[in-house]
Amino acid sequence: MAVHKVLGVETEFGILHRNEGDSNPVAASSMIINAYVNGYLERRVGWDFEDEHPGVDARGFNEFDALAPEIETHLVNAVLTNGARYYVDHAHPELSTPECTDALQCAIYDRAAEEILIRSMDKANQLLPDGEELVIHKNNSDGKGNSYGCHENYLLDRNVPFGRIVLQIMPFFISRQIYCGAGKVGSEAPGVSHDEVPFQITQRADFFEEEVGLETTLKRPIVNTRDEPHADSKRYRRLHVIVGDANMSELQTYLKLGTTAIVLAMIDDDMAPNDCAFEFPVRALREVSYDIDLGLSHRLANGDKATALEVQWVYYAAAERWADRHGFDVVGGEEIGVDVMKRWASVLTALEQHPESLADSIDWIAKRRLYEGFRSRHGIEWDDPKMAALDLQYHDLRPSKGLARRMGLTRVSDDAQVEMAINQPPPTTRAFFRGRCLEKYPDQIVAANWDSMVFDVGSDPLRRVPMLEPLRGTAAHVASLLDECDDAGELLRRLGT
Amino acid sequence: MAEREQRRRGAPRSEEPEVDETATNETGQELKAELDDLLDEIDDVLETNAEEFVKNYVQKGGE
Repeated sequence: MAVHKVLGVETEFGILHRNEGDSNPVAASSMIINAYVNGYLERRVGWDFEDEHPGVDARGFNEFDALAPEIETHLVNAVLTNGARYYVDHAHPELSTPECTDALQCAIYDRAAEEILIRSMDKANQLLPDGEELVIHKNNSDGKGNSYGCHENYLLDRNVPFGRIVLQIMPFFISRQIYCGAGKVGSEAPGVSHDEVPFQITQRADFFEEEVGLETTLKRPIVNTRDEPHADSKRYRRLHVIVGDANMSELQTYLKLGTTAIVLAMIDDDMAPNDCAFEFPVRALREVSYDIDLGLSHRLANGDKATALEVQWVYYAAAERWADRHGFDVVGGEEIGVDVMKRWASVLTALEQHPESLADSIDWIAKRRLYEGFRSRHGIEWDDPKMAALDLQYHDLRPSKGLARRMGLTRVSDDAQVEMAINQPPPTTRAFFRGRCLEKYPDQIVAANWDSMVFDVGSDPLRRVPMLEPLRGTAAHVASLLDECDDAGELLRRLGT
Repeated sequence: MAEREQRRRGAPRSEEPEVDETATNETGQELKAELDDLLDEIDDVLETNAEEFVKNYVQKGGE
């Protein structure tokens, strides 16, 4: 039986410090986060690195030439009352949503992350000298060959052989681009010209060079093997997905998370398709991204040929069979599961028959319509700098400049839900315990991370509370206890730690 | 692919009723007007020095 698909999204945002001669992106990112933490939170609580092992490989070995990600403990790192982590990663502000139990909940937290960045930018800019400005983009590339990620994380059953996960998820990742892509003008792959690829479906396909591996910054793999479950490692894996785009469309984020969670549950239950492996996965990833007419047939490892759409329909059909047998409990229940399936089918059908009808819900199609209109109005070519500017501005989070929010994109959240998600944790995971403790006992928490919290309750030594089970510490478990305890010392006594 | 044929029974095709030509033209006109409005707005908000903005937009690789 599949484990519950607990999920989360981590987004690295693009950052620009305008009119500051010697701009330093690390300092700029720190300003963004500090402005938010100082402006909105009562007290800062730092991240605890005790249990971080990003270099552990799911295949059970560390390749000598594999570069384990470094943990930068000296940079700004905060935990928010909604259970999220907000920090400087390399040279970007990054926000990891709290753990969620379904795709819709997570899409709402993703939108809340955007709002947090917008508020951070606003606060930070109030502190800057006249004429200077910090600008944040929710994108994945600067158009000059530098990429930064939007990673998804899903909880998997530790007993599932990793080789099966790789075999069955890779064709899904390659083909899902057709409804997950955020769109991009041109290509950043070496040797690919604007004439060959004036516009493509995804921001990220250009940057993937391997099928499977541990790296995230060089030689990026389609399936990332980082084995760091942030949970009981005897029971769980966490699949760290680095092959997606940051979407401006909420519907796309929802669909991406919802379909992927279903497919991973199918893999847990050994009901995912085995016969869709692409013969040349890395090449296919790019070819799918470059094929904006969606007509290209790709060679499969078994000798067949299939379009990305056809592969998606195979997964869709398998998902129907899986749901008939298992139901949708592990992806958040019947309502969410049925809704994801319905939207999945209707998006695939529209992509097949009239893709332009998705201009209100799929970033790359919204972009294509806008960019074609802009090109013909101004009589310019795809390689005109104005097109590159449009393509940045689509992702610009400044309300005065951003284009995505002017496109009339379909939303799956409403403002009240987003406002709540900015401040409150999801009630259905351990993020509830983390977020509520931070809100209620900020002076007694020394540090927090995904699977533990460290309290200082006075005379005793510091006390670490482990949270290795992502579905414990929910509102149902601890809400009334937290209401009753005015002090963390009392809480710990009652928890029996 | 056999599996693909199977799903066709279940896929929601009902969203496509008989299409009335005039309606399509009207929708097409509306869409065009909407795009024109959007393009007007975007001409107003587009960075004034697009070339400069694009040139200065350099990020470090991340992740």
